[in-house]
Amino acid sequence: MDKGKKAGFSWLAKMAWRDGRASYGKLTLFVLSIILGVAAVVSVHSFSGLLKENIAQRSKALLGADFVIESDQPITQKVEAIIDSLGGADAREINFPSMASFPGKGATKFVEVRGIDGGFPFYGELETVPQQAAGRYKEGKALVDATTMIQFNLKVGDSIKLGAKSFAIAGSLETVPGSTSVFGAIAPPVLIPLANIDDTGLVQTGSRIDYKYYFKAKENQDLEDLNKKLESILDEEHADLDTHLSEASRLGRRYDNFGKFLNLVGFISLLLGCVGIASGMGIYVQMKLRSIAVLKCLGASKKQSYLIFFIQIVCMGLIGGLFGIMFGYVLQQLFPILLGDLLPVDVNITLSFQSVLLGLSLGTAMSVLFALYPLMKTLYVSPLQTLRVVQENTSRSIRATFAVGLGIIGFVFCFAYWLLGDLARSIYFVMGLFVVFLVLTSVAQFFMAMLKKFFPHSWGFIARQSLKNLFRPQNQTLVLVLSIGIGTFLISTLYFTKDMLLEKAAMEDRANTANMILMDIQTTQVSAVAKTLQSSGFPVIDKIPIVTMRVEALKDKQVSEIRKDSTSQIGRWILNHEFRVTYRDSLVSSEKIVAGNWISRAQNEKSIPISVSSDFATMAQVDVGDEVTFNVQGKIMKTVVRSIREVDWTRLQPNFSIVFPIGVLENAPQFGVMTTRTSTDVGSAKLQQRLVSEFPNVSILDLKRILGLLEDILGKIGWVINFMAFFSIFVGIAVLMGAIYSSKHQRMRQGALLRTLGAKSSQILKMIALEYAVLGFLGAFMGVVLAVLGSSLLAYILFDTAFVPSSIPFMVILPSITILVFAIGVGTSIEIIRNSPISVLQKENE
Amino acid sequence: MRVMSKILKVQNLSKTYRSGDQDLHVLNNVSFEVSNGETFAIVGPSGSGKTTLLGLCAGLDKVDDGEIWLCDQNLIQLNEDGRALLRNQNVGFVFQDFQLLPTLTALENVIVPLELRGIKKAKEQGKELLAKVGLENRSGHYPSQLSGGEQQRVALARAFANKPAILFADEPTGNLDDETGAKIEKLLFELNKEQGTALVIVTHDLELAQRADKSIRLRSGKIEQTQG
Repeated sequence: MDKGKKAGFSWLAKMAWRDGRASYGKLTLFVLSIILGVAAVVSVHSFSGLLKENIAQRSKALLGADFVIESDQPITQKVEAIIDSLGGADAREINFPSMASFPGKGATKFVEVRGIDGGFPFYGELETVPQQAAGRYKEGKALVDATTMIQFNLKVGDSIKLGAKSFAIAGSLETVPGSTSVFGAIAPPVLIPLANIDDTGLVQTGSRIDYKYYFKAKENQDLEDLNKKLESILDEEHADLDTHLSEASRLGRRYDNFGKFLNLVGFISLLLGCVGIASGMGIYVQMKLRSIAVLKCLGASKKQSYLIFFIQIVCMGLIGGLFGIMFGYVLQQLFPILLGDLLPVDVNITLSFQSVLLGLSLGTAMSVLFALYPLMKTLYVSPLQTLRVVQENTSRSIRATFAVGLGIIGFVFCFAYWLLGDLARSIYFVMGLFVVFLVLTSVAQFFMAMLKKFFPHSWGFIARQSLKNLFRPQNQTLVLVLSIGIGTFLISTLYFTKDMLLEKAAMEDRANTANMILMDIQTTQVSAVAKTLQSSGFPVIDKIPIVTMRVEALKDKQVSEIRKDSTSQIGRWILNHEFRVTYRDSLVSSEKIVAGNWISRAQNEKSIPISVSSDFATMAQVDVGDEVTFNVQGKIMKTVVRSIREVDWTRLQPNFSIVFPIGVLENAPQFGVMTTRTSTDVGSAKLQQRLVSEFPNVSILDLKRILGLLEDILGKIGWVINFMAFFSIFVGIAVLMGAIYSSKHQRMRQGALLRTLGAKSSQILKMIALEYAVLGFLGAFMGVVLAVLGSSLLAYILFDTAFVPSSIPFMVILPSITILVFAIGVGTSIEIIRNSPISVLQKENE
Repeated sequence: MRVMSKILKVQNLSKTYRSGDQDLHVLNNVSFEVSNGETFAIVGPSGSGKTTLLGLCAGLDKVDDGEIWLCDQNLIQLNEDGRALLRNQNVGFVFQDFQLLPTLTALENVIVPLELRGIKKAKEQGKELLAKVGLENRSGHYPSQLSGGEQQRVALARAFANKPAILFADEPTGNLDDETGAKIEKLLFELNKEQGTALVIVTHDLELAQRADKSIRLRSGKIEQTQG
């Protein structure tokens, strides 16, 4: 007898292909889950990487120069000497926020005035319409932000008035290095020649002015080395050096966090797909048991019959990964459209080798890991099944089950750590995911157990049959509750969070709440501005005096000494910042005392009792009783911290890090902030026009408009997040279709038997409809409930606010998802009633 | 003891299954022998233990008590994979419900045992076997595209593919009409003669049993009658 050689890998691969070829209908839906999951991860990961890369590549164009020295006060002689030693600045800029008015248009707007000289920008472009305007504005004209031009229907040649000076508009400004789109939406840039800044008369006490000196680096100049050398000297002089590299990395970090979050959402989609794979494989393997028994009967070993299906899974993972990469590539083209002008640079969409590797390894690893457990069943199939029905051996090796479970948790954790780069956060993520999975699994199991226990035997035939389908063997309850639940949880949580953020920023609609802030009011203007407000019919809600000062010493240690101490953990912001300080005798609504006692009025103490915000206390490392010495415009003032306040900075109202009691700063040089409330847009516009014409140096912040902008930004971010969350739902749909397809034969047989026994097609359809309606509702309801719990935790821990859930997820998301599941379930099952009972039964017997 | 001329030797074989809280004694102290090239029939009413005996003899199930020697190998001493290898090299099967792999074509079904042994010209041999059973034109068809008789002929071709020393047939004509059943029966005995394969048939069909060299009748797990 020819013994031959034992069948090797090529035979196993051949068998895997032969079997897969005939089962591609079922496998396609499993692969679809992987495709969608991998596409979600790859698109987000690749886009985040490209965004960072593009920022780094265009760092010079973003800054407009190689490096810049900047200060929020006129530079000192020492800084001037440093600039000279560097060969002098190649360009200079003075910028500040101010009100602009447009004579003839009857309009005003809060803008960022940028006075520039020299050849700025050295990199990137000053994009203007017309193109020549980029040079022409230097002839005493202005370039006005393009959106503002459209908003007020401005044309080249029209005027813009900044303070005391009117400028002819040379053109509209499309892009300019150094202006971010987010801040630009609140205070759009207006460029004028630096020489004309003084003519505006806007540089006064209290004005928030930035002085910038731009440089082009010499060839091979080491910018990091330069930064290291000058950092401490410039710090002492209240100046700072920024290189194009540090600017790019700062911007990159800002978008990185957003990318990480989206990556996690994408990863959850992938995990959902894997739940589908695990469940689908369970049903798939069940269908293959007889074939496995035949193979074993013909002489195939346990390992061989296992490997045939293992190879199929690996191939599914690879194919899913490959198509996922391609779909992800298409998908990431949508991100720039969805995010629009929130992106700092135009992103060139390419496909990186890293993304390809990520997609393939993720697809394969996840599908293999999640299929291992159901695949283990093949090992225990008895060849005796070929002769007769054998009681299925459901016991699996405990060690193998534990290893598979550990492998899944380990992989999820490693991937989360790779994305987040933070051990604690990765653990929280895995734990959070575990809790959500656990809760949904428990609810599904509990639901099935309760339904079995308290089965409504008195209900009609259709309802009874339909409900029985929810807990019969090979039911879809668990997998659908999981996938629908997680998808709904994500979408609802994102909705609640967005709501919470907006709620925090929104003003309560009360008569005495301010919605307009008037800044930079000189002491001599206070009463006149108040009179203007009152005569126009608007109330003066608050008059807030502001005195600027810098920290001179902390706990008897001079700031200059702290700067030299390389071990000091005190924040640079404390040492360099010019604080805007107010004085008053009571707390305001956005503050509460967390330590010490509030002092309303200063007595004749040696040290003045002050109150600091908790952020200031943390960064300055001071506590109640510690001394802080200030330099109040040349005068040294010793104070002692008497209370620490927690300040809600998200409230759109003037908030302060440092508050003095009354009786100290009244005679110091100061300026004021005033708040008022306007009820209509027309009234607000008229008031702004009047104020700008009478007090051109006063800046006006219209909180209503800012709130609108904030809503717009959150809306755009929300779009992308919702888009990703919907991916989870799409994956859930693929899983749902896969599950329906897998169990179709059983359902067809059941339907055919019922029809043979006299059930009508409409009755069978009603059974299916009720089953999916219940599953859809249960999954979506649990998702929304978990989202309420999750959002309450977020509100308590992160936002420190009371959470009142909006009804939208309950009224819109819950019914929409239920209807979607219902429609897909019924639509996919229609085949069951299309075939005649005899053809189904004959097919089953073949 | 070593069996030399006997392809199958069953000694004092007993088998018990657990059903609920009861033990079912399916086989009780069964002994018989099958020589090389011999045809052997196992008959008996439903539930007499015929199929269980066949499964045990082919190494598809574990023995509780007694011994089975198949092709000079004591099945008790082999693990599942060892028994699978023994089957692949020495045993062929024909089942009542054909047991073709539904996702494989007729030819692919036939060559599985050959490929499992790593035989290179499996396809050529498979085509020859299909020609022998008159299905050379149906090699690319899937089982669902074949009639019951055609499926059983494919199963026969598969059973003889690895030139087995012994072939086990469980009610080979049970699912077929009389005419097709007779054709399959004829083919089975022809191939048995041609290849010198020992044949063990489980059947209800007394006519078929009478064609065998030897037969036993089982009742309630015991041998009631031996012939030949």
